Amino acid sequence: MAREIGDVILKMEGISLSFGGVKALTNISFDVREHEIRSIIGPNGAGKSSMLNVINGVYHPQEGQVTFRGEIRRDMEPHKAAKQGIARTFQNIALFKGMSVIDNIMTGRNLKMKCNVFHHALHWGKARAEEIEHRKKVEEVIDFLEIQNIRKTPVGRLPYGLQKRVELGRALAAEPSMMLLDEPMAGMNVEEKQDMCRFILDVNDQFGTTIVLIEHDMGVVMDISDRVVVLDYGKKIGDGVPDEVKNNPDVIAAYLGTSH
Amino acid sequence: MLYREAGQFKASYEADQQIFPILQDRIGVLLLIGFFALAVPLFADQYWLKAILIPVLIFSLAAIGLNILTGYAGQLSLGSAAFMAVGAFGAYNFMLRIDGMPFLVAILLGGLCAALVGVMFGLPSLRIKGFYLAVATLAAQFFIVWALVKIEWFSNYSSSGVITAQQIEILGFAFEGPQSKYLLTLFVVVVMALAAKNMVRSTTGRSWMAVRDMDVAAEVIGIRLMRTKLTAFAVSSFYCGVAGALYAYTYIGTVEPEGFNLDLSFKILFMIIIGGVGSIMGSFLGAAFIVLLPIALDVFVPMLLGDLVSSSFVSNLQLIVFGGLIVFFLIVEPHGLARLWQIGKEKLRLWPFPH
Ligand SMILES: Nc1ncnc2c1ncn2[C@@H]1O[C@H](COP(=O)(O)OP(=O)(O)OP(=O)(O)O)[C@@H](O)[C@H]1O
Ligand SMILES: [Mg+2]
Repeated sequence: MAREIGDVILKMEGISLSFGGVKALTNISFDVREHEIRSIIGPNGAGKSSMLNVINGVYHPQEGQVTFRGEIRRDMEPHKAAKQGIARTFQNIALFKGMSVIDNIMTGRNLKMKCNVFHHALHWGKARAEEIEHRKKVEEVIDFLEIQNIRKTPVGRLPYGLQKRVELGRALAAEPSMMLLDEPMAGMNVEEKQDMCRFILDVNDQFGTTIVLIEHDMGVVMDISDRVVVLDYGKKIGDGVPDEVKNNPDVIAAYLGTSH
Repeated sequence: MLYREAGQFKASYEADQQIFPILQDRIGVLLLIGFFALAVPLFADQYWLKAILIPVLIFSLAAIGLNILTGYAGQLSLGSAAFMAVGAFGAYNFMLRIDGMPFLVAILLGGLCAALVGVMFGLPSLRIKGFYLAVATLAAQFFIVWALVKIEWFSNYSSSGVITAQQIEILGFAFEGPQSKYLLTLFVVVVMALAAKNMVRSTTGRSWMAVRDMDVAAEVIGIRLMRTKLTAFAVSSFYCGVAGALYAYTYIGTVEPEGFNLDLSFKILFMIIIGGVGSIMGSFLGAAFIVLLPIALDVFVPMLLGDLVSSSFVSNLQLIVFGGLIVFFLIVEPHGLARLWQIGKEKLRLWPFPH
């Protein structure tokens, strides 16, 4: 394997998040190392998506501290997280419905494009060169994900599985150092799942992208993860390499629904 | 077999990213511009130029402005006419107060004033959406018209805010007749329409549409919501402002703030609904449709029904037809005439072998 797991780049310490009376996360700590595939699992409503939202600044935890690349983050905003190289996909596909596949993926390169609205109005010289340069990158992503034949299709017309793939493409186009993937394989058939797994592993392997993954398919999770965090009712009940987690009695209980 | 891209393989992304990627479209647009720039001024009579072509062009520009804000960036506005007023009164004051002010610079500055005011009234969009934002822009509509009447300086202390556009002169040439005014209007509108088309197909336009379609996802990608929305307000109001200045200078001549009332704002909104929300070409189709419909009804209804109907019936019929069409487009074809045109093109692409 080309990649080698590095130092801790993201550290979550004592994170608590509540919505009114609902406690979504209670005092959760874990870390993510560079280049690893780190999964977050847990039953429905465990707080997995909320955790991702805390990482990239969509939600602001009431308590706790997030350290990213040695820097303690305050007042995180999603666009700042994007600037720091964190990209993500959503549990409920969040593509731009009115735009084509190419345009959706092009938006992923937004932060790397420097021209302003005046350049764009003229679309000459600098703006044109920039558009072409980034279009090339987007075509690389399209080739990588094997979606050449749908590049001009409005995303709303695509089947679910392909939409998920395009959303991954949009995240990839940003050339992120860390990707947060919220159930990228939900609702897919076996074949589509295999493709998606391959893409995730390839991204991780070829570009060294750190991946934080939420997934319900235990087979997949245990197969591709380096380490796994388990949440249940907003609390952390397990953390470790797949084998450790599999044999953790609390985890087994949570999944069989015997405790509480 | 006439209209298709078969055989037109794009060898580079450059070719694929042209403003009109299909050759027939490129030729079509050039022919259209050529027709309106060369043939029309030769053959159209005064009435056509003054009462139809000039207003269609000006309303198209305003509709493009509203389409940028509503169709592309997804921010509903009922204040288009007020931003036109700012452009008209802005240009008037620059012409009036600065000696030797070039006309084209004056209308651009008028547009810039509108852009500034637009950004100010766009600030609420950072907190509110949809219906509530529409109400906020409604406040802009009333406030601006009120301010232009109330603060007499804007109209150089004329009664009830009426202004009379100064003579247009560019490089010593006086634009007096409808022909020259038409050509001037056409020039400004074509240049700005092409610029708009360029904006909507680049990062700026993609950011607008991203915010329109899914704002949380847009932010997570790194798109700044505030900047994107305010840019849309600025560009949109700039377009409306320039349209307003042209409205005063090449169309009506003498305008008052009340002329830019809510009715006009709604008219522009109807243009984009009928023409096509989120389409530059639709803005032209919608404007042409709304200018031409009453004229067509005036001509054809008495022709068909003769003396059976009174003229008041005809004008009521207008409203009924308008209302019916709006409902039709909102329910059946929200992308308007532009979409119908596109469907026609897709059929043509397959013709004569539909399978
Ligand atoms: N924006 C919000 N407002 C109110 N409550 C929320 C919000 N987001 C999440 N919650 C609540 O927080 C808890 C955790 O939700 P979350 O979506 O993080 O769970 P999850 O583990 O991702 O579940 P699933 O597997 O169903 O996706 C739930 O009780 C949910 O109702
Ligand atoms: Mg979830």
